[in-house]
Amino acid sequence: MTTLPDVSTSAIAGARWRPGEIAFWIVVVACGFLFPSRYLIMTDIVRLALFALSLDLILGYAGIVSLGHAAFFGVGAYSAGLLALHGIINEPVVALVVAGFAAMVLGFFTSFLVIRGVDLTRLMVTLGIALLLEALAERFSGVTGGTDGLQGIEMQPILGRFAFDIFGKTGFFYSSIVLFLLFLLARRIVHSPFGLSLRAIRNNPLRGAAIGIPVNRRLIAIYMVSAFYAGIAGALFTQTTALASLDVFSFERSADLMLMLVIGGTGYLYGGLIGAVVFKMLQELFSTITPQYWLFWIGLVLVVIVLVGRARIHRWALWVPNLIIRQLAGRRAVVAVPESDPS
Amino acid sequence: MTIALETRGLDKSFGGLRVTRDLSLRIEQGARHALIGPNGAGKTTAINLLTGVLRPNAGRILLEGNDITSLPVHKRVLRGLSRTFQINQLYPDLTPLETIGLAVSERMGRGGDWWRRMGTRADVNAEIAEILARFHLLDVMNELTVTLPYGKQRLLEIAVAIAARPRVLLLDEPAAGVPETERRDILAAVAALPREVTVLLIEHDMDLVFSFADRISVLVNGALLTEGAPDAVARDPQVKAVYLGEAADA
Repeated sequence: MTTLPDVSTSAIAGARWRPGEIAFWIVVVACGFLFPSRYLIMTDIVRLALFALSLDLILGYAGIVSLGHAAFFGVGAYSAGLLALHGIINEPVVALVVAGFAAMVLGFFTSFLVIRGVDLTRLMVTLGIALLLEALAERFSGVTGGTDGLQGIEMQPILGRFAFDIFGKTGFFYSSIVLFLLFLLARRIVHSPFGLSLRAIRNNPLRGAAIGIPVNRRLIAIYMVSAFYAGIAGALFTQTTALASLDVFSFERSADLMLMLVIGGTGYLYGGLIGAVVFKMLQELFSTITPQYWLFWIGLVLVVIVLVGRARIHRWALWVPNLIIRQLAGRRAVVAVPESDPS
Repeated sequence: MTIALETRGLDKSFGGLRVTRDLSLRIEQGARHALIGPNGAGKTTAINLLTGVLRPNAGRILLEGNDITSLPVHKRVLRGLSRTFQINQLYPDLTPLETIGLAVSERMGRGGDWWRRMGTRADVNAEIAEILARFHLLDVMNELTVTLPYGKQRLLEIAVAIAARPRVLLLDEPAAGVPETERRDILAAVAALPREVTVLLIEHDMDLVFSFADRISVLVNGALLTEGAPDAVARDPQVKAVYLGEAADA
């Protein structure tokens, strides 16, 4: 019997680390040492990358669209802020995890609204939830600081040893380590039977149930994981900037996230990471050229990406990126347009 | 003989349209039972009621004597009631290996494992290999399903249902749309289904029905018209009138 080892090696093959992936993380570490003057923006990118990763988990793997992912980001941000401000939990790492769980609890309760219904319903429901939370945060200004935000947050050193510095070096390495650890966890999850069942549900929910997958339970689970990730991203935001204001819930935050995944692609984990880097760089580039109208250029890039279409972009504009992506993800990578493929 | 699958007085209406009328079926353990009927007879509704996609307005469904009327789809599968689909309901972006692996994992109750990588359980791998080999899918196990020839997809469709290790299998037009050249593989796979699996075949193709089934139920306008051994059904004047007659005209 030669078939048996065949099956197990093929089954594991997808989960094996590719050279491109290792190179990617080496570049991340290298950036930390190569650009010491750019810690703040790099930290921003790392946070965005984690946030985009959280959306990719539900969009790219389970096929759940969301225009309100900032809800979880915001809950994480305010949780971390309140924990630090009132001295409830002073150690940042513990506070980070607690903030993540707070977002996860919100994820659990809102999942019941989101998993039922189709894409359009989901877009509206997620959008609505984020708007609701933003309004609530404004209404209860006694707790949240209202439009002024939480002020006077002082972060204690990480693990009691590494103090946050004004250049943002600690913040960058702290955020990067968190991103890497959560990335490892996400990688583990998507290559497990659980992760495979999510892809099956995304492909065909009807058949999902017909082979014995408890579809709703799986969707609730991944929605909670995604909320946890987004909450952590929000908490990192508060901890590294010592700020939490109403805009953590803003619609733009959720919408930008979608753009990042449109740019980077979904369903292979690196899409959010690459998307966050490209998005932020474009933003920087355009805002130096035309400080007032950078949104115009971002919009233009987006329209071009979507209109020209995945097939053609594959052939020319994204030839090099695709080469990289194939290194990272193998043949299953979806580039440029994250919606389901009609063909 | 014990009864594998039984319905008692099933009724289903969509608005004012009564598509299933007082349907009572008894399918014996190990039977090769066929459910036939002209278009619009309610065959698809009957399958959806049996598998739990639809809930009946009245009546009960029993699987090996246990009432499953109110169980959701996935729980019926885990109890041993599996089905194939008339139009392929596969996962286009998954490979046959992944598809079968998933079905086997779910059946073993390991589908929720999130910390273990796919392909690291020897018992799962062995069973995947066995099923892929049985359905001639080993050579294409790493291709994306969407790229497979239609006949292979139909085979995978049956293989997935078998991977759930059903005791009762509902086959919904297994050979529909398969080109003549690939048809023989499908028929062979259907004929080679283990004898202990009870099969309910829903089919248009009379050759397949009469070569395969040892018992036939005829459904007309949502109600059971007649039931019996193949030759008895073939001789039945009522059946000839409403069904075979119509087919002969077409």
